[in-house]
Amino acid sequence: MSNARPTSLFDIIGPVMVGPSSSHTAGAVRLGQIARAILGGQPEAVLVELHGSFALTGQGHGTDRAVVAGLLGLTTYDARIRDSLSLAEQAGMEVRFAATDLGPGAPPNSLRLTMHKGDSECRMVGSSVGGGLVLISTVDDYEVDFSGAFHTLLIVSQDRPGTINAVTNWLAAHQINVAFFSVSREERGGNSIMVIETDDPIPPAVTEGLASFPWVHWVRHIQRITEI
Amino acid sequence: MKPLTSIAELVQQAEAQGCGLHEAALQVELQVNGQSREAVLAQMQQRLDVMRDSVVRGLAVRQGRSLSGMTGGDAARLGAWLEGHTPTTGAIVSRAMLYAIAVNEVNAAMGCIVAAPTAGASGALPGVLFSLQEGLGLSEETVLHGLITAGAVGVIIGWRAMLSGAEGGCQAEVGAGAAMAAAAAVEMQGGTPRQAAHALAITFKNMLGLVCDPVAGLVEVPCILRNASGAAQALVAADLALAGIESLIPPDEVIDAMGQVGRLLDVRFKETAQGGIAASPTGRRLAAQLRSEWNSS
Repeated sequence: MSNARPTSLFDIIGPVMVGPSSSHTAGAVRLGQIARAILGGQPEAVLVELHGSFALTGQGHGTDRAVVAGLLGLTTYDARIRDSLSLAEQAGMEVRFAATDLGPGAPPNSLRLTMHKGDSECRMVGSSVGGGLVLISTVDDYEVDFSGAFHTLLIVSQDRPGTINAVTNWLAAHQINVAFFSVSREERGGNSIMVIETDDPIPPAVTEGLASFPWVHWVRHIQRITEI
Repeated sequence: MKPLTSIAELVQQAEAQGCGLHEAALQVELQVNGQSREAVLAQMQQRLDVMRDSVVRGLAVRQGRSLSGMTGGDAARLGAWLEGHTPTTGAIVSRAMLYAIAVNEVNAAMGCIVAAPTAGASGALPGVLFSLQEGLGLSEETVLHGLITAGAVGVIIGWRAMLSGAEGGCQAEVGAGAAMAAAAAVEMQGGTPRQAAHALAITFKNMLGLVCDPVAGLVEVPCILRNASGAAQALVAADLALAGIESLIPPDEVIDAMGQVGRLLDVRFKETAQGGIAASPTGRRLAAQLRSEWNSS
Protein backbone atom coordinates (compact mmCIF):
# COMPACT_ATOMS: atom_id res chain seq x y z
CA MET A 1 0.00 0.00 0.00
CA SER A 2 1.09 3.57 -0.54
CA ASN A 3 0.34 6.88 1.10
CA ALA A 4 -2.84 6.89 -0.95
CA ARG A 5 -5.85 6.10 1.25
CA PRO A 6 -7.52 2.80 0.44
CA THR A 7 -11.21 3.01 -0.35
CA SER A 8 -12.11 -0.43 -1.67
CA LEU A 9 -11.81 -3.91 -0.13
CA PHE A 10 -9.79 -4.80 -3.23
CA ASP A 11 -7.17 -2.19 -2.35
CA ILE A 12 -6.48 -4.29 0.74
CA ILE A 13 -7.11 -7.85 -0.46
CA GLY A 14 -4.84 -7.45 -3.46
CA PRO A 15 -3.23 -6.95 -5.82
CA VAL A 16 -2.88 -10.50 -7.04
CA MET A 17 0.80 -10.48 -7.88
CA VAL A 18 4.03 -12.37 -8.25
CA GLY A 19 6.25 -11.61 -5.26
CA PRO A 20 8.28 -10.70 -3.43
CA SER A 21 7.55 -6.97 -3.19
CA SER A 22 4.60 -4.90 -4.34
CA SER A 23 6.84 -1.89 -4.95
CA HIS A 24 9.96 -3.64 -6.30
CA THR A 25 8.22 -6.36 -8.31
CA ALA A 26 4.56 -5.58 -9.13
CA GLY A 27 5.31 -1.87 -9.58
CA ALA A 28 8.27 -2.69 -11.82
CA VAL A 29 6.09 -4.90 -14.04
CA ARG A 30 3.63 -2.04 -14.33
CA LEU A 31 6.38 0.41 -15.35
CA GLY A 32 7.40 -2.02 -18.10
CA GLN A 33 3.79 -2.37 -19.27
CA ILE A 34 3.32 1.40 -19.49
CA ALA A 35 6.62 1.82 -21.36
CA ARG A 36 5.49 -0.81 -23.86
CA ALA A 37 2.22 1.07 -24.37
CA ILE A 38 4.07 4.38 -24.86
CA LEU A 39 6.42 2.85 -27.42
CA GLY A 40 3.41 1.31 -29.14
CA GLY A 41 4.63 -2.28 -29.02
CA GLN A 42 7.48 -4.48 -27.97
CA PRO A 43 10.94 -2.91 -28.05
CA GLU A 44 13.66 -4.58 -30.11
CA ALA A 45 16.26 -3.21 -27.71
CA VAL A 46 16.03 -1.59 -24.31
CA LEU A 47 18.40 -0.05 -21.80
CA VAL A 48 17.06 -0.37 -18.24
CA GLU A 49 18.69 2.09 -15.84
CA LEU A 50 17.84 1.51 -12.19
CA HIS A 51 18.03 4.21 -9.53
CA GLY A 52 18.12 4.17 -5.71
CA SER A 53 16.55 1.18 -3.97
CA PHE A 54 15.75 -0.35 -7.38
CA ALA A 55 19.50 -0.44 -8.05
CA LEU A 56 20.49 -1.53 -4.53
CA THR A 57 17.99 -4.35 -3.91
CA GLY A 58 16.53 -4.83 -7.38
CA GLN A 59 18.18 -8.14 -8.11
CA GLY A 60 17.02 -9.71 -4.86
CA HIS A 61 13.49 -8.49 -5.54
CA GLY A 62 13.51 -9.56 -9.18
CA THR A 63 13.05 -5.94 -10.30
CA ASP A 64 15.14 -6.61 -13.42
CA ARG A 65 12.97 -9.57 -14.47
CA ALA A 66 9.81 -7.68 -13.53
CA VAL A 67 10.57 -4.69 -15.78
CA VAL A 68 11.36 -6.98 -18.70
CA ALA A 69 8.16 -8.98 -18.04
CA GLY A 70 6.16 -5.76 -18.30
CA LEU A 71 7.94 -4.84 -21.55
CA LEU A 72 6.94 -8.28 -22.87
CA GLY A 73 3.31 -7.52 -21.98
CA LEU A 74 3.02 -9.93 -19.04
CA THR A 75 0.70 -9.09 -16.13
CA THR A 76 1.74 -8.59 -12.49
CA TYR A 77 0.40 -12.07 -11.70
CA ASP A 78 2.03 -14.02 -14.53
CA ALA A 79 4.11 -16.91 -13.18
CA ARG A 80 6.53 -16.48 -16.12
CA ILE A 81 7.89 -13.22 -14.65
CA ARG A 82 10.80 -15.07 -13.08
CA ASP A 83 11.78 -16.44 -16.52
CA SER A 84 11.33 -13.16 -18.39
CA LEU A 85 15.01 -12.68 -19.26
CA SER A 86 15.09 -15.88 -21.28
CA LEU A 87 11.63 -15.09 -22.73
CA ALA A 88 13.04 -11.76 -23.92
CA GLU A 89 15.96 -13.53 -25.56
CA GLN A 90 13.56 -15.89 -27.35
CA ALA A 91 11.45 -12.91 -28.42
CA GLY A 92 14.52 -11.16 -29.85
CA MET A 93 14.46 -8.31 -27.35
CA GLU A 94 17.94 -7.13 -26.50
CA VAL A 95 18.09 -6.04 -22.85
CA ARG A 96 20.87 -4.17 -21.06
CA PHE A 97 20.90 -3.12 -17.40
CA ALA A 98 22.80 -0.34 -15.67
CA ALA A 99 22.73 1.44 -12.33
CA THR A 100 22.16 5.17 -12.53
CA ASP A 101 21.60 8.26 -10.42
CA LEU A 102 18.51 10.19 -11.48
CA GLY A 103 19.24 12.95 -8.96
CA PRO A 104 18.15 13.78 -5.41
CA GLY A 105 14.57 14.58 -6.45
CA ALA A 106 13.89 11.11 -7.83
CA PRO A 107 11.90 8.73 -5.57
CA PRO A 108 13.91 5.73 -4.25
CA ASN A 109 12.39 3.19 -6.64
CA SER A 110 12.87 4.88 -10.01
CA LEU A 111 14.08 3.84 -13.43
CA ARG A 112 14.76 5.18 -16.92
CA LEU A 113 14.00 3.08 -19.97
CA THR A 114 15.47 3.84 -23.39
CA MET A 115 13.66 1.75 -25.97
CA HIS A 116 14.22 1.15 -29.67
CA LYS A 117 11.79 -0.25 -32.21
CA GLY A 118 12.47 0.13 -35.90
CA ASP A 119 13.60 3.72 -36.44
CA SER A 120 11.93 5.06 -33.34
CA GLU A 121 13.51 5.67 -29.96
CA CYS A 122 11.49 6.39 -26.84
CA ARG A 123 12.57 7.27 -23.30
CA MET A 124 10.52 7.03 -20.14
CA VAL A 125 11.31 7.82 -16.50
CA GLY A 126 9.00 6.41 -13.84
CA SER A 127 8.84 5.42 -10.18
CA SER A 128 7.20 2.73 -8.10
CA VAL A 129 5.60 4.48 -5.17
CA GLY A 130 4.25 1.58 -3.07
CA GLY A 131 1.57 -1.09 -3.14
CA GLY A 132 2.20 -1.67 -6.86
CA LEU A 133 1.28 1.92 -7.71
CA VAL A 134 3.51 3.84 -10.13
CA LEU A 135 4.05 7.38 -11.43
CA ILE A 136 5.47 8.32 -14.82
CA SER A 137 7.45 11.58 -14.74
CA THR A 138 9.08 11.87 -18.16
CA VAL A 139 8.23 10.71 -21.68
CA ASP A 140 10.99 11.55 -24.18
CA ASP A 141 11.81 15.16 -23.23
CA TYR A 142 8.36 15.99 -21.87
CA GLU A 143 7.59 16.30 -18.17
CA VAL A 144 4.42 14.37 -17.38
CA ASP A 145 2.64 13.11 -14.27
CA PHE A 146 0.32 10.14 -14.53
CA SER A 147 -0.20 6.85 -12.71
CA GLY A 148 -1.99 4.48 -15.05
CA ALA A 149 -4.81 4.26 -12.49
CA PHE A 150 -7.12 5.76 -15.15
CA HIS A 151 -7.54 5.16 -18.86
CA THR A 152 -4.79 7.40 -20.21
CA LEU A 153 -4.15 9.08 -23.55
CA LEU A 154 -0.85 10.68 -24.53
CA ILE A 155 -1.06 13.03 -27.49
CA VAL A 156 2.02 14.68 -28.98
CA SER A 157 1.06 17.47 -31.36
CA GLN A 158 2.05 20.85 -32.71
CA ASP A 159 1.73 23.53 -30.06
CA ARG A 160 -0.89 25.83 -31.62
CA PRO A 161 -4.21 27.41 -30.63
CA GLY A 162 -7.34 25.30 -30.59
CA THR A 163 -5.78 21.88 -30.17
CA ILE A 164 -6.95 21.35 -26.58
CA ASN A 165 -10.47 22.39 -27.49
CA ALA A 166 -10.52 20.03 -30.46
CA VAL A 167 -9.33 17.09 -28.38
CA THR A 168 -11.75 17.63 -25.49
CA ASN A 169 -14.65 18.17 -27.91
CA TRP A 170 -13.79 14.93 -29.66
CA LEU A 171 -13.78 13.04 -26.33
CA ALA A 172 -17.02 14.70 -25.20
CA ALA A 173 -18.68 13.74 -28.49
CA HIS A 174 -17.86 10.12 -27.61
CA GLN A 175 -19.21 10.42 -24.06
CA ILE A 176 -15.76 10.11 -22.49
CA ASN A 177 -15.42 11.98 -19.22
CA VAL A 178 -12.01 13.52 -18.54
CA ALA A 179 -10.78 13.07 -14.96
CA PHE A 180 -7.41 14.87 -15.32
CA PHE A 181 -5.84 16.87 -18.12
CA SER A 182 -2.37 18.37 -18.43
CA VAL A 183 -0.22 19.86 -21.16
CA SER A 184 3.50 20.32 -21.27
CA ARG A 185 5.64 21.50 -24.17
CA GLU A 186 9.19 21.74 -25.40
CA GLU A 187 8.95 25.39 -26.43
CA ARG A 188 6.29 27.82 -27.66
CA GLY A 189 5.19 26.91 -31.16
CA GLY A 190 7.10 23.63 -31.00
CA ASN A 191 5.56 20.37 -29.92
CA SER A 192 3.45 19.71 -26.84
CA ILE A 193 2.19 16.64 -25.03
CA MET A 194 -1.31 16.28 -23.62
CA VAL A 195 -1.86 13.75 -20.87
CA ILE A 196 -5.54 12.90 -20.53
CA GLU A 197 -6.82 10.55 -17.84
CA THR A 198 -10.42 9.46 -18.27
CA ASP A 199 -13.08 7.69 -16.21
CA ASP A 200 -14.48 5.88 -19.24
CA PRO A 201 -12.65 3.34 -21.41
CA ILE A 202 -11.34 4.72 -24.71
CA PRO A 203 -12.41 2.70 -27.78
CA PRO A 204 -9.77 2.23 -30.54
CA ALA A 205 -11.88 4.30 -32.97
CA VAL A 206 -11.60 7.32 -30.66
CA THR A 207 -7.81 6.99 -30.49
CA GLU A 208 -7.60 6.58 -34.28
CA GLY A 209 -9.78 9.65 -34.74
CA LEU A 210 -7.42 11.71 -32.62
CA ALA A 211 -4.42 10.42 -34.58
CA SER A 212 -6.03 11.63 -37.81
CA PHE A 213 -6.05 15.31 -36.76
CA PRO A 214 -3.44 16.90 -39.06
CA TRP A 215 -1.53 18.60 -36.23
CA VAL A 216 -1.22 15.41 -34.15
CA HIS A 217 2.13 13.61 -34.39
CA TRP A 218 1.23 10.53 -32.38
CA VAL A 219 -1.32 9.20 -29.90
CA ARG A 220 -0.86 6.43 -27.38
CA HIS A 221 -3.49 4.73 -25.27
CA ILE A 222 -2.41 3.25 -21.94
CA GLN A 223 -4.88 0.81 -20.50
CA ARG A 224 -5.95 1.28 -16.92
CA ILE A 225 -4.24 -0.91 -14.34
CA THR A 226 -6.31 -4.06 -14.24
CA GLU A 227 -5.81 -7.28 -12.38
CA ILE A 228 -8.06 -10.06 -11.18
CA MET B 1 -21.17 7.21 0.32
CA LYS B 2 -17.84 7.71 2.03
CA PRO B 3 -15.42 4.82 2.47
CA LEU B 4 -14.95 3.03 5.77
CA THR B 5 -13.00 5.13 8.24
CA SER B 6 -14.10 3.92 11.67
CA ILE B 7 -14.41 0.52 13.33
CA ALA B 8 -17.03 1.96 15.72
CA GLU B 9 -19.22 3.07 12.81
CA LEU B 10 -18.89 -0.29 11.07
CA VAL B 11 -19.86 -2.14 14.27
CA GLN B 12 -22.78 0.23 14.77
CA GLN B 13 -24.05 -0.36 11.23
CA ALA B 14 -23.79 -4.12 11.65
CA GLU B 15 -25.54 -4.07 15.03
CA ALA B 16 -28.32 -1.81 13.73
CA GLN B 17 -29.05 -4.27 10.94
CA GLY B 18 -28.43 -7.37 12.99
CA CYS B 19 -25.81 -8.55 10.49
CA GLY B 20 -22.08 -9.32 10.53
CA LEU B 21 -19.29 -6.85 9.82
CA HIS B 22 -18.87 -8.49 6.42
CA GLU B 23 -22.40 -7.56 5.34
CA ALA B 24 -22.07 -3.96 6.56
CA ALA B 25 -18.70 -3.72 4.77
CA LEU B 26 -20.12 -5.19 1.58
CA GLN B 27 -22.86 -2.55 1.49
CA VAL B 28 -20.23 0.20 1.68
CA GLU B 29 -18.14 -1.54 -1.01
CA LEU B 30 -21.08 -1.65 -3.43
CA GLN B 31 -21.45 2.12 -3.08
CA VAL B 32 -17.74 2.88 -3.45
CA ASN B 33 -17.09 0.36 -6.20
CA GLY B 34 -20.23 0.87 -8.28
CA GLN B 35 -20.41 -2.83 -9.16
CA SER B 36 -23.14 -5.36 -8.46
CA ARG B 37 -23.13 -7.54 -5.34
CA GLU B 38 -22.59 -10.61 -7.52
CA ALA B 39 -19.60 -9.05 -9.30
CA VAL B 40 -17.93 -8.00 -6.04
CA LEU B 41 -18.48 -11.41 -4.44
CA ALA B 42 -17.19 -13.20 -7.55
CA GLN B 43 -14.02 -11.07 -7.61
CA MET B 44 -13.48 -11.65 -3.88
CA GLN B 45 -13.93 -15.39 -4.43
CA GLN B 46 -11.28 -15.27 -7.19
CA ARG B 47 -8.83 -13.68 -4.78
CA LEU B 48 -9.66 -16.29 -2.15
CA ASP B 49 -8.94 -18.98 -4.76
CA VAL B 50 -5.53 -17.44 -5.57
CA MET B 51 -4.78 -17.32 -1.83
CA ARG B 52 -5.62 -20.99 -1.48
CA ASP B 53 -3.46 -21.85 -4.52
CA SER B 54 -0.53 -20.01 -2.95
CA VAL B 55 -0.87 -22.10 0.22
CA VAL B 56 -1.05 -25.33 -1.78
CA ARG B 57 1.97 -24.38 -3.88
CA GLY B 58 3.96 -23.37 -0.83
CA LEU B 59 3.27 -26.71 0.83
CA ALA B 60 4.21 -28.67 -2.29
CA VAL B 61 7.70 -27.16 -2.46
CA ARG B 62 10.37 -29.32 -0.81
CA GLN B 63 13.72 -27.78 -1.67
CA GLY B 64 12.71 -24.34 -2.94
CA ARG B 65 14.85 -21.32 -2.20
CA SER B 66 14.22 -17.63 -2.54
CA LEU B 67 16.00 -15.56 -5.21
CA SER B 68 18.66 -14.55 -2.69
CA GLY B 69 19.05 -18.08 -1.36
CA MET B 70 18.58 -16.84 2.23
CA THR B 71 15.25 -18.59 2.84
CA GLY B 72 13.05 -21.48 1.74
CA GLY B 73 12.15 -24.91 3.03
CA ASP B 74 10.73 -23.86 6.40
CA ALA B 75 7.15 -24.73 5.44
CA ALA B 76 8.37 -28.20 4.44
CA ARG B 77 10.30 -28.46 7.73
CA LEU B 78 7.29 -27.50 9.86
CA GLY B 79 4.90 -29.63 7.81
CA ALA B 80 7.08 -32.72 8.23
CA TRP B 81 7.45 -32.12 11.96
CA LEU B 82 3.70 -31.71 12.42
CA GLU B 83 3.16 -35.14 10.85
CA GLY B 84 4.74 -36.92 13.81
CA HIS B 85 4.32 -34.49 16.69
CA THR B 86 1.62 -32.82 18.76
CA PRO B 87 2.40 -29.11 18.76
CA THR B 88 1.79 -27.27 22.03
CA THR B 89 0.12 -24.52 20.03
CA GLY B 90 -2.62 -26.95 18.97
CA ALA B 91 -3.77 -28.12 15.57
CA ILE B 92 -5.37 -24.89 14.33
CA VAL B 93 -2.64 -22.46 15.43
CA SER B 94 0.14 -24.71 14.13
CA ARG B 95 -1.58 -25.11 10.76
CA ALA B 96 -2.12 -21.35 10.59
CA MET B 97 1.63 -20.85 11.07
CA LEU B 98 2.39 -23.52 8.47
CA TYR B 99 0.14 -21.94 5.85
CA ALA B 100 1.44 -18.45 6.59
CA ILE B 101 5.05 -19.57 6.06
CA ALA B 102 4.05 -21.44 2.90
CA VAL B 103 2.53 -18.31 1.34
CA ASN B 104 5.46 -16.07 2.23
CA GLU B 105 7.95 -18.60 0.86
CA VAL B 106 6.02 -18.61 -2.42
CA ASN B 107 6.22 -14.81 -2.36
CA ALA B 108 9.97 -14.79 -1.73
CA ALA B 109 10.48 -17.24 -4.63
CA MET B 110 8.59 -15.01 -7.10
CA GLY B 111 5.40 -17.04 -6.97
CA CYS B 112 1.88 -15.62 -7.21
CA ILE B 113 0.19 -14.39 -4.02
CA VAL B 114 -2.53 -11.98 -2.94
CA ALA B 115 -1.18 -8.97 -1.05
CA ALA B 116 -3.08 -8.85 2.26
CA PRO B 117 -2.48 -5.98 2.85
CA THR B 118 1.03 -6.18 1.33
CA ALA B 119 3.17 -8.86 -0.29
CA GLY B 120 5.45 -8.98 2.75
CA ALA B 121 2.41 -9.54 4.98
CA SER B 122 0.57 -11.87 2.62
CA GLY B 123 0.74 -14.97 4.83
CA ALA B 124 -0.99 -14.25 8.14
CA LEU B 125 -4.51 -13.85 6.78
CA PRO B 126 -4.63 -16.97 4.57
CA GLY B 127 -3.00 -18.89 7.41
CA VAL B 128 -5.88 -18.02 9.72
CA LEU B 129 -8.66 -18.37 7.13
CA PHE B 130 -7.71 -21.82 5.87
CA SER B 131 -6.61 -23.36 9.18
CA LEU B 132 -9.97 -22.35 10.68
CA GLN B 133 -11.88 -23.66 7.68
CA GLU B 134 -10.08 -26.98 7.87
CA GLY B 135 -10.04 -27.31 11.66
CA LEU B 136 -13.66 -26.32 12.24
CA GLY B 137 -15.16 -27.58 8.98
CA LEU B 138 -16.39 -24.12 7.97
CA SER B 139 -18.22 -23.48 4.68
CA GLU B 140 -16.59 -21.61 1.78
CA GLU B 141 -19.18 -18.84 2.27
CA THR B 142 -18.04 -18.37 5.87
CA VAL B 143 -14.42 -18.04 4.74
CA LEU B 144 -15.44 -15.52 2.06
CA HIS B 145 -17.23 -13.52 4.76
CA GLY B 146 -14.03 -13.64 6.82
CA LEU B 147 -12.04 -12.29 3.87
CA ILE B 148 -14.47 -9.39 3.42
CA THR B 149 -14.34 -8.53 7.12
CA ALA B 150 -10.54 -8.60 6.97
CA GLY B 151 -10.56 -6.29 3.95
CA ALA B 152 -12.86 -3.83 5.71
CA VAL B 153 -10.59 -3.72 8.74
CA GLY B 154 -7.64 -3.10 6.42
CA VAL B 155 -9.38 -0.17 4.71
CA ILE B 156 -9.96 1.45 8.11
CA ILE B 157 -6.35 0.86 9.21
CA GLY B 158 -5.11 2.39 5.95
CA TRP B 159 -7.38 5.35 6.42
CA ARG B 160 -6.57 6.08 10.06
CA ALA B 161 -2.92 4.97 10.15
CA MET B 162 -0.87 3.35 7.37
CA LEU B 163 -0.24 0.00 5.69
CA SER B 164 3.41 -0.15 4.77
CA GLY B 165 6.65 -0.94 6.52
CA ALA B 166 8.27 2.08 4.91
CA GLU B 167 5.71 4.36 6.54
CA GLY B 168 4.96 2.68 9.86
CA GLY B 169 7.18 -0.34 10.45
CA CYS B 170 6.14 -3.99 10.50
CA GLN B 171 3.26 -3.25 12.89
CA ALA B 172 1.62 -1.61 9.86
CA GLU B 173 2.21 -4.68 7.67
CA VAL B 174 2.19 -7.99 9.56
CA GLY B 175 0.51 -6.21 12.50
CA ALA B 176 -2.25 -5.03 10.18
CA GLY B 177 -2.53 -8.43 8.50
CA ALA B 178 -2.85 -10.09 11.89
CA ALA B 179 -5.44 -7.56 13.12
CA MET B 180 -7.47 -8.13 9.95
CA ALA B 181 -7.21 -11.89 10.47
CA ALA B 182 -8.25 -11.63 14.14
CA ALA B 183 -11.51 -9.87 13.26
CA ALA B 184 -12.15 -12.43 10.53
CA ALA B 185 -11.46 -15.32 12.93
CA VAL B 186 -14.06 -14.04 15.41
CA GLU B 187 -16.74 -13.62 12.76
CA MET B 188 -16.04 -17.00 11.18
CA GLN B 189 -16.56 -18.62 14.59
CA GLY B 190 -19.91 -16.87 15.13
CA GLY B 191 -18.70 -14.04 17.36
CA THR B 192 -20.40 -10.65 17.43
CA PRO B 193 -19.24 -7.57 15.50
CA ARG B 194 -18.20 -6.03 18.82
CA GLN B 195 -16.08 -9.09 19.66
CA ALA B 196 -14.46 -8.98 16.22
CA ALA B 197 -13.58 -5.32 16.78
CA HIS B 198 -12.01 -6.07 20.15
CA ALA B 199 -10.01 -8.95 18.68
CA LEU B 200 -8.33 -6.58 16.24
CA ALA B 201 -7.68 -4.06 18.99
CA ILE B 202 -6.08 -6.73 21.20
CA THR B 203 -3.93 -7.92 18.28
CA PHE B 204 -2.62 -4.44 17.56
CA LYS B 205 -1.90 -3.74 21.22
CA ASN B 206 0.21 -6.90 21.31
CA MET B 207 2.15 -6.00 18.17
CA LEU B 208 2.56 -2.27 18.69
CA GLY B 209 6.02 -0.97 17.88
CA LEU B 210 7.09 -3.90 15.72
CA VAL B 211 9.86 -2.60 13.46
CA CYS B 212 10.47 -3.29 9.77
CA ASP B 213 14.08 -4.47 9.59
CA PRO B 214 14.54 -6.73 6.55
CA VAL B 215 17.98 -8.26 6.09
CA ALA B 216 19.53 -6.87 2.87
CA GLY B 217 16.26 -5.01 2.29
CA LEU B 218 14.60 -8.18 1.02
CA VAL B 219 11.13 -9.47 1.98
CA GLU B 220 12.45 -12.63 3.63
CA VAL B 221 14.12 -12.32 7.03
CA PRO B 222 12.36 -11.74 9.41
CA CYS B 223 9.22 -11.24 7.28
CA ILE B 224 8.40 -14.90 6.59
CA LEU B 225 8.45 -16.10 10.19
CA ARG B 226 6.75 -12.92 11.39
CA ASN B 227 3.75 -13.88 9.31
CA ALA B 228 3.60 -17.14 11.27
CA SER B 229 3.64 -15.27 14.56
CA GLY B 230 1.08 -12.79 13.20
CA ALA B 231 -1.28 -15.65 12.36
CA ALA B 232 -0.82 -17.13 15.85
CA GLN B 233 -1.35 -13.74 17.48
CA ALA B 234 -4.60 -13.28 15.54
CA LEU B 235 -5.96 -16.58 16.86
CA VAL B 236 -4.85 -15.78 20.42
CA ALA B 237 -6.69 -12.45 20.28
CA ALA B 238 -9.76 -14.06 18.70
CA ASP B 239 -10.01 -16.54 21.57
CA LEU B 240 -9.69 -13.77 24.15
CA ALA B 241 -12.37 -11.71 22.39
CA LEU B 242 -14.73 -14.67 21.97
CA ALA B 243 -14.44 -15.23 25.74
CA GLY B 244 -15.83 -11.71 26.21
CA ILE B 245 -12.54 -10.01 27.05
CA GLU B 246 -12.45 -6.46 25.71
CA SER B 247 -9.74 -3.93 24.99
CA LEU B 248 -10.11 -1.11 27.53
CA ILE B 249 -8.97 1.26 24.77
CA PRO B 250 -11.51 1.36 21.89
CA PRO B 251 -10.36 -0.22 18.60
CA ASP B 252 -10.24 3.05 16.63
CA GLU B 253 -8.04 4.63 19.31
CA VAL B 254 -5.73 1.61 19.21
CA ILE B 255 -5.38 1.98 15.43
CA ASP B 256 -4.66 5.69 15.89
CA ALA B 257 -2.00 4.79 18.47
CA MET B 258 -0.42 2.40 15.97
CA GLY B 259 -0.34 5.26 13.47
CA GLN B 260 1.30 7.54 16.00
CA VAL B 261 3.96 4.95 16.87
CA GLY B 262 4.55 4.40 13.15
CA ARG B 263 5.11 8.08 12.47
CA LEU B 264 7.47 8.40 15.46
CA LEU B 265 9.52 5.31 14.59
CA ASP B 266 13.04 6.16 13.49
CA VAL B 267 13.58 5.81 9.75
CA ARG B 268 16.13 3.05 10.45
CA PHE B 269 13.19 0.86 11.49
CA LYS B 270 11.10 1.53 8.40
CA GLU B 271 12.23 -0.87 5.66
CA THR B 272 15.58 0.84 5.11
CA ALA B 273 17.57 -2.15 6.41
CA GLN B 274 19.57 0.24 8.64
CA GLY B 275 18.32 -0.99 12.02
CA GLY B 276 17.10 -3.98 14.01
CA ILE B 277 18.14 -7.42 12.84
CA ALA B 278 19.07 -6.01 9.39
CA ALA B 279 21.83 -4.06 11.16
CA SER B 280 23.05 -7.02 13.24
CA PRO B 281 26.59 -8.19 12.40
CA THR B 282 25.26 -11.26 10.61
CA GLY B 283 22.55 -9.24 8.85
CA ARG B 284 25.15 -6.80 7.57
CA ARG B 285 27.49 -9.60 6.51
CA LEU B 286 24.71 -11.34 4.52
CA ALA B 287 23.76 -8.05 2.86
CA ALA B 288 27.38 -7.35 1.86
CA GLN B 289 27.75 -10.89 0.51
CA LEU B 290 24.61 -10.56 -1.62
CA ARG B 291 25.68 -7.18 -2.95
CA SER B 292 29.01 -8.54 -4.11
CA GLU B 293 27.26 -11.54 -5.76
CA TRP B 294 24.91 -9.18 -7.61
CA ASN B 295 27.74 -6.88 -8.69
CA SER B 296 29.69 -9.75 -10.16
CA SER B 297 26.72 -11.27 -12.04
